[in-house]
Amino acid sequence: MEGDARAYEAFLTDLTPYLRAAARRRSVAFGAPPGDAEDMVQEVLLAVHLKRGTWDPERPLGPWLSAILRNKLIDSLRRRGHRVTVAIEDVMDLLAAPETADETNRLDAEQLVARLGEPQRDIVRSISLNGASVRETAARLNMSEGAVRVALHRALKALSGFYRSGE
Amino acid sequence: MKTEELISLLKEDAPVRQRLPQSLRRFLALGALASLGLLLLTVGLRPDLAGKIATPRVLFKILTMLFLATLACRIVLSAGQPGVDLRRRLKLLPLPALLLVAAVVLEGTMTPAEEWRSRWLGLHAAFCLFFIPVLAGAPLSALLLTLRQGAPDDPGLAGAAAGLAAGSVAAALYAWHCPDDSPFFVASWYMLAILLVTAAGFGIGRRLLRW
Repeated sequence: MEGDARAYEAFLTDLTPYLRAAARRRSVAFGAPPGDAEDMVQEVLLAVHLKRGTWDPERPLGPWLSAILRNKLIDSLRRRGHRVTVAIEDVMDLLAAPETADETNRLDAEQLVARLGEPQRDIVRSISLNGASVRETAARLNMSEGAVRVALHRALKALSGFYRSGE
Repeated sequence: MKTEELISLLKEDAPVRQRLPQSLRRFLALGALASLGLLLLTVGLRPDLAGKIATPRVLFKILTMLFLATLACRIVLSAGQPGVDLRRRLKLLPLPALLLVAAVVLEGTMTPAEEWRSRWLGLHAAFCLFFIPVLAGAPLSALLLTLRQGAPDDPGLAGAAAGLAAGSVAAALYAWHCPDDSPFFVASWYMLAILLVTAAGFGIGRRLLRW
């Protein structure tokens, strides 16, 4: 959490199974489709990332993490719960299979990325899907590394906002 | 997008730009300075300050407001951190309230009852109610905007903490101008003004500080 990228990646990777278990438990308890759990994991990871400045290194990490987790899971279940209700009514009208409704209702990060503007979308895809570094991305797009970093940070904030607005 | 791919994105944005309590401290200080500047540029200090500062009522008014402002600022500095329960930081707040109650009782025993009304209303009750919230504007906006980077468990409570801090800082500044020194006046109009700012902070925080 102190800006060492490799240690930070290791921390987030270690955190993921724990978040996934928590998200699955909540999904089951509240009757949300299990496919949503992974989206919730990603939403919580984004929140942990964007709010990491609120963690005081002198305090234990556990209560901080569980407070973020609680806030985000409740939030997203409430939102999804609402969305699912609407979806089922649509399905009854159209006599369509419920699975398709589930698919269109997923808050997939991929769809959210598609809503970013350029160059944010290009940068996000380049680093996440193609595994390029910030330097390579900057060289390819003829931007400074600093500008790429700023754009990336803004893109992450925007993604988190898309999740929250639940559109 | 796979979760591993998201993590590789987050990794590239690893450096922590700013820790929240430090930002809050800095922007609170800036906001308070702006209010001080506003006070000095508009109404200024009371002209008889040098002669009156050592009288018990003036001294009590200024010190109690400074005490309340210090407590409130310490509370808001720990706002916005997930897992930190703000309610448990409120336990010292009854102290300045008790001091005020004691001063009101003392004032009641020391002054004749026919003077109570004029002491309570003072000269500028309406201006006090108007100007403390005005002075609170800068610190309140600075705190609320900084808290947007935070992640309060209870957005309304965090906003109220910002309002209480901004309101009591404003009151502590206004005390250097205000010519009304009776504890009756301070306990009513100062407190009402601070309460208004706190309520405003609560209302704004509930909307603005959700994350």
